[in-house]
Amino acid sequence: MLLIECPHCGPRNGTEFTYSGKIQPRPVMKGSDFEARAEWRRYLYEEDNFAGFAKERWFHGNGCRKFLDIERHSVTNEISSVSPAGEAS
Amino acid sequence: MGKSYEHADAAPKTRVSRIRLPTIHDQGTHLPTSKVPLRIPAGRKFSALSLVRKGMTGGDWPLVWRHHELAPTYDVVIVGGGLHGLATAHYLAQNHGIANVAVIEKSYIGSGGSGRNTAIIRSNYLTPEGVAFYNRSVQLFEQLSQDLNFNVMFEQRGHMTLAHSDASLRTMRWRAEVNKVQGIDSQVIDPDEIAKLVPLMDVSANTRYPILGALWHPPGGIARHDAVVWTYARSADAAGVHLHMNTEVTGIEVKGDQVIGVQTSRGDISTPIVINCTAGWSSIISDMAGVKMPIHTRPLQAAVTEPVKAFLDPVIVSGSLHVYVSQTARGELVFGAATDPFASYSTRGSLEFIESLAGHVLQLMPSLAKMRLLRQWAGLCDMTPDFSPIIGPTPVGGFYVDVGWGTYGFKAGPVAGEQTAEAVATGRIPELIKAFQLDRFEKGALTGEKGAAAVGH
Ligand SMILES: Cc1cc2nc3c(=O)[nH]c(=O)nc-3n(C[C@H](O)[C@H](O)[C@H](O)COP(=O)(O)OP(=O)(O)OC[C@H]3O[C@@H](n4cnc5c(N)ncnc54)[C@H](O)[C@@H]3O)c2cc1C
Ligand SMILES: [Zn+2]
Repeated sequence: MLLIECPHCGPRNGTEFTYSGKIQPRPVMKGSDFEARAEWRRYLYEEDNFAGFAKERWFHGNGCRKFLDIERHSVTNEISSVSPAGEAS
Repeated sequence: MGKSYEHADAAPKTRVSRIRLPTIHDQGTHLPTSKVPLRIPAGRKFSALSLVRKGMTGGDWPLVWRHHELAPTYDVVIVGGGLHGLATAHYLAQNHGIANVAVIEKSYIGSGGSGRNTAIIRSNYLTPEGVAFYNRSVQLFEQLSQDLNFNVMFEQRGHMTLAHSDASLRTMRWRAEVNKVQGIDSQVIDPDEIAKLVPLMDVSANTRYPILGALWHPPGGIARHDAVVWTYARSADAAGVHLHMNTEVTGIEVKGDQVIGVQTSRGDISTPIVINCTAGWSSIISDMAGVKMPIHTRPLQAAVTEPVKAFLDPVIVSGSLHVYVSQTARGELVFGAATDPFASYSTRGSLEFIESLAGHVLQLMPSLAKMRLLRQWAGLCDMTPDFSPIIGPTPVGGFYVDVGWGTYGFKAGPVAGEQTAEAVATGRIPELIKAFQLDRFEKGALTGEKGAAAVGH
């Protein structure tokens, strides 16, 4: 069970939020040759999956309905930071 | 209320009189699980005679597998002592004579998903590649107890996937047709037939999500998951494979683009071939070899009740209600659902899971309201974007993977072990796993198995 400290709503039950994956740099599309397409596919499918703290995007669907950036430990589920999406804390 | 009258005349009468149509993959009535007959040393074989003898003399049973010192080199090192690693070791030795093999397990044998799953076995998948692959596994399961001299308690009591919407009924008809073309016993049945097979099921029209029909797959069922793990461990050990428990792989050595060894908590090993069979942890192991994989790890939870009299024969799955249930030979009800809603390596159970599970089970079978749950637990699942595994070579020479088992890898243990062993021993990719190669993501050649694998195991 997660307790997420939403910067807009305060501490809320994790079930109010939707996880939408790790934040990874999006490739800049240069042309449409095989290498460019392969890079795009890697971005789509190859998610980082290490054990440790990672930055993720979540959505507070049952609250402020805003996107958030959350740093969470993938083994302990400890949350070290929550901030509005795109605004580094 | 929409009902399916399709195949109404083909309704199964009893589960016992199951007739299996010959399939294109049938190569005879008896497909041996291994090419070389298993040599379990005298005194270690299980038989009625040995049972009587041990019973009379009170003698100890020998250890099912032995302890070895870590050798400095092996022909093949398998990372992960779950069902897939052990089955691969067994088939490498039995089918290809490669027995200088080590299985490295950081904890105890079967401590991962292989000891935590709900043991559902079936082959009624959606894609032709999936159907052929899982059907081979069902065939191997059918002969496993006999061939490996270990009762794995495989019971083909039938697998039933409920449809609560026209959309899921449509997918089931599609699946039944794909299955039948490949000779798999699979059909859509209506609520009356469901009620006959499962009298406690609420098939009335006034539930929140009325049951419109079901996909019925008589060859499906459950086995004793630990026994399956132990039988492969025992036969691999008998063939000379070293099983190293409490030994963690901490690094993989790559020179140029070729694997040359692994580092472990008990010392270094040099080897030309490493096979990654670590399921939920597999991207950590692949990262050690510098191979990126399209996998993310999610916990999957399950729960079990106190034992009661046998009343539930088939395995019941409801995708819409995110729940499935079967009754073990001991009488407990085993429940499972979908994976946790976010990626994690944590194996802690959650209250949300149990609450929603209980609610959904009661919608299907209201009379279970007084049953008590005994335990709940979680295991890790290595999810791929297309709900299909990744089996075969990688861009690093000698580094193979048998991963991406998500929530459906128990049933695949035997066939994945057999095919991985063949790929490693021959250097060729066998037909059955051609569709499951790592490069399919870069090529955009994903398989479309989601409709049959997302909740149903
Ligand atoms: C609750 C639950 C229910 C399930 N139900 C079903 C079902 O009904 N039907 C079905 O077909 N499938 C089911 N599954 C999926 C199935 O359990 C798995 O896909 C399958 O067990 C994978 O087997 P494996 O041998 O590949 O991995 P595992 O059994 O997970 O083995 C991997 C091993 O690798 C070891 N390891 C990890 N890292 C290292 C390291 N660094 N060094 C050494 N060893 C390491 C681990 O300790 C572990 O023992 C279920 C899974 C869960 C969690
Ligand atoms: Zn909020």
